[in-house]
Amino acid sequence: MSVSAPDIPAKPKRGFRLDLKTVGPLLALALLVLLGISLNENFLSYNNLTNVLARSSFIGIIAIGATFVITAGGLDLSVGSMAAVIAGVMIMVMNWLIPTMGIGWGVVIAGMATGILLGGVAGVFNGTMITRGRIEAFIVTLGTMGIFRSLVTFLADGGTLSLNFQVADVYRPVYYAGLLGVPWPIIVFALVAIGGEVVMRYTAFGRYCAAIGSNEQVARYSSINVDNVRLLTYILQGVLVGVAVLLYVPRLGSASSTTGVLWELEAIAGVIIGGTTLKGGYGRIWGTVVGVVILGLIGNILNLQSLISPYLNGAFQGVIIILAVLLQRGRKNA
Amino acid sequence: MNSADGTPAPAILSANRISKSFGEIPVLFSIDFDIKPGEVHAIIGENGAGKSTLIKILSGIEQPTSGTITYDGQTVTLPPDGKAEGMGIVLIHQELNLAEHLTASESIFLGREIKRFGFLDIGEMRKRAAALMDTLHVRVDPDDRISTLSVADKQMVEIAKAISRDARVLIMDEPTAVLSVGETQTLFEQIRRLTARGVAVIFISHKLDEIMELADRVTVLRDGQLIATVGTEALTPDSIAQMMVGRELSNLYPPKHEPDVDAPVVLGVRNLSAKGVRDISFDLKRGEILGFAGLIGSGRTAVAEAIVGLSHRTGGDIALDGKPVNFTQVAQSVDAGLAYMTKDRKGKGLLLNMGLRPNLTLLTLDKHIKAGFLDGSSEDRALERAVRRFDIRARDASVAVGRLSGGNQQKLMLGKTMESEPDIIIMDEPTRGIDVGTKQQIYHIIAALAAEGKSIILISSEMQEVIGLSHRVVVMREGRLTGVLEGAEITEAEIMRYAAGIKSGNDERISA
Repeated sequence: MSVSAPDIPAKPKRGFRLDLKTVGPLLALALLVLLGISLNENFLSYNNLTNVLARSSFIGIIAIGATFVITAGGLDLSVGSMAAVIAGVMIMVMNWLIPTMGIGWGVVIAGMATGILLGGVAGVFNGTMITRGRIEAFIVTLGTMGIFRSLVTFLADGGTLSLNFQVADVYRPVYYAGLLGVPWPIIVFALVAIGGEVVMRYTAFGRYCAAIGSNEQVARYSSINVDNVRLLTYILQGVLVGVAVLLYVPRLGSASSTTGVLWELEAIAGVIIGGTTLKGGYGRIWGTVVGVVILGLIGNILNLQSLISPYLNGAFQGVIIILAVLLQRGRKNA
Repeated sequence: MNSADGTPAPAILSANRISKSFGEIPVLFSIDFDIKPGEVHAIIGENGAGKSTLIKILSGIEQPTSGTITYDGQTVTLPPDGKAEGMGIVLIHQELNLAEHLTASESIFLGREIKRFGFLDIGEMRKRAAALMDTLHVRVDPDDRISTLSVADKQMVEIAKAISRDARVLIMDEPTAVLSVGETQTLFEQIRRLTARGVAVIFISHKLDEIMELADRVTVLRDGQLIATVGTEALTPDSIAQMMVGRELSNLYPPKHEPDVDAPVVLGVRNLSAKGVRDISFDLKRGEILGFAGLIGSGRTAVAEAIVGLSHRTGGDIALDGKPVNFTQVAQSVDAGLAYMTKDRKGKGLLLNMGLRPNLTLLTLDKHIKAGFLDGSSEDRALERAVRRFDIRARDASVAVGRLSGGNQQKLMLGKTMESEPDIIIMDEPTRGIDVGTKQQIYHIIAALAAEGKSIILISSEMQEVIGLSHRVVVMREGRLTGVLEGAEITEAEIMRYAAGIKSGNDERISA
């Protein structure tokens, strides 16, 4: 039991390491921005930056949900397929409502509501199987990932589901327009991020997520309703997938079996790069935001230069993920 | 054994003027320590005294900052990472280092498998493992999975492993902390058999009576200093304790204030049944400390967990202040003023990677919410109060709780439990693995709570503790309540009689 003595020495190093841990992702982001500026003068242009951020906002919003799930010791692999099936059903519902509601915002709003509702329902299903069914999150969401993917292929009959052109015209501004020149996806991403940060840090729910991810037994013995908190993280994840999709649909106005492919991995990568621990117990939303933006910038920078093939995008992202985790590990063992 | 007779038997392993600092912080100051073949040498000291560091140095896991190690007459540098095992120095960690999914025989030969033509010779390993178990008189089948074994048997497998490596020095870190009285005796027999064969045994323990029974010599450390190395025959538990803490411990247990004769019953349990326990009935009065004694595994924790709703109750009635209650979730019992403090502070009590504040308030976070958001300053105030009230010592509040000493962890957990302002507190092994000084503090806190009118159920495997604090003692055996003792009946011998099943008499005095 005399563990205390050898623990003391870690102290002098600790402050320094904590700093590195907090600053790490920000530092990487700053380096990327500098690299971007030096490679291409267009990098800092308003159009380029809003474009990168708007494209990142889908993954970003999903990744914020994933931060809660992962912090509470869970995992959701189904989000990409879930996004695809939500997009497909939203389009079908809107097309189907045109005869009764006519063309206009009514149909679009009904579509949006459907998207969020569907996300919630999918989250309830994942969460219920995991908490009440006592099946591992990896397995449940691997299963639903296949189910959702297959469902959207079935609904599209192997092809593409397209939104009625006139409705699509009404809906378009939700992706392409904005407020004071800032596109809506970026605004929503920012609002979700701020909300997420506040919930994670300043509410009992956020604290409980970290407690459960850190040690489920301790949480249970501390009278926390572990199952309900877990379930809530999956519902939140589902709803946020819904939000991401309702921003995504107006971009292309269609959904197919290739919609949202690998989004789940990008979201998880963003979370991990941001400093949240994959096995749970510690999560930070702003880190996730930085992580997702880093991933988006890598692709953008590769596109803006001509030395390295942009096809290596995935390789660079992969290297960043592994580096991020290596850094995390380094702090732990030291 | 043969060491205390004065003949200068040469030491097999000795540390000469060993000092150790981690960074700037010195942990050991010029320690001399030696052990002779066939000897049992106990190391004792409060938490943080440097015991673990010393045995890590003796087994090569840590290197001393200055000083030398002599092994077998030669000055050596012990290889790190447990490689000293190859030289015959084996350290058995407190949390046993066995892979749960392997069999006993696989565990014993892990890393040195016997091979034939490049493939594992499973039959041969099984045969040798069986022979080894036989010589140790251990009834573990070589094919048993580690995960199916009791803690005591796992320890035996570790010992078998050590012997199979021709251990000449066996170092054990608190081997008895998780063993019952019976299992401890088996372990001691085993150790005696080993020393008879010339193996030297070093062990750390907090249990003074065990040290008196087993050790030939005792080395007392305090704050990294060597206080004394003495032959056990020259010691009494009191004198050891005094050397450990450097002060008198005459009032280890506070005086008992009997609750009023007509104090109301606050908790009534009738015919409670749950997994592992059957037909438990007892009453707890206001201001009373009700001890729960019994061997490890006798079902005391199961009773507590069934009462507060942590585990499912299959039968029986529970009444709080005379009103029947049925808790299916811990939150309900906490709301009703009944709190359970787990014995497993690392696994179930505290979030080791987090700081003091989130740990303290985790059970009662609702109290610190203002308009839906956590009120950090309210949490800080709670922590300040708890630190003062329970004398929790930490460098600062942000230090991960896993880095605190066992005693401070325990006090923090007590603070966390008391944050819910319970009227009834069930404390499960509240002083397990902590030093005498902190134990004394906790005993005084418990007594003070009872004097305030709180009612306490004290589950403890330390008989002295139960006797020293309790007004009445419930004894359990194999999931049944076998006796309730009062007043002068509360003696070690009497408790043992009920705990071991020699006496049983729960029928006549369910409610005293």
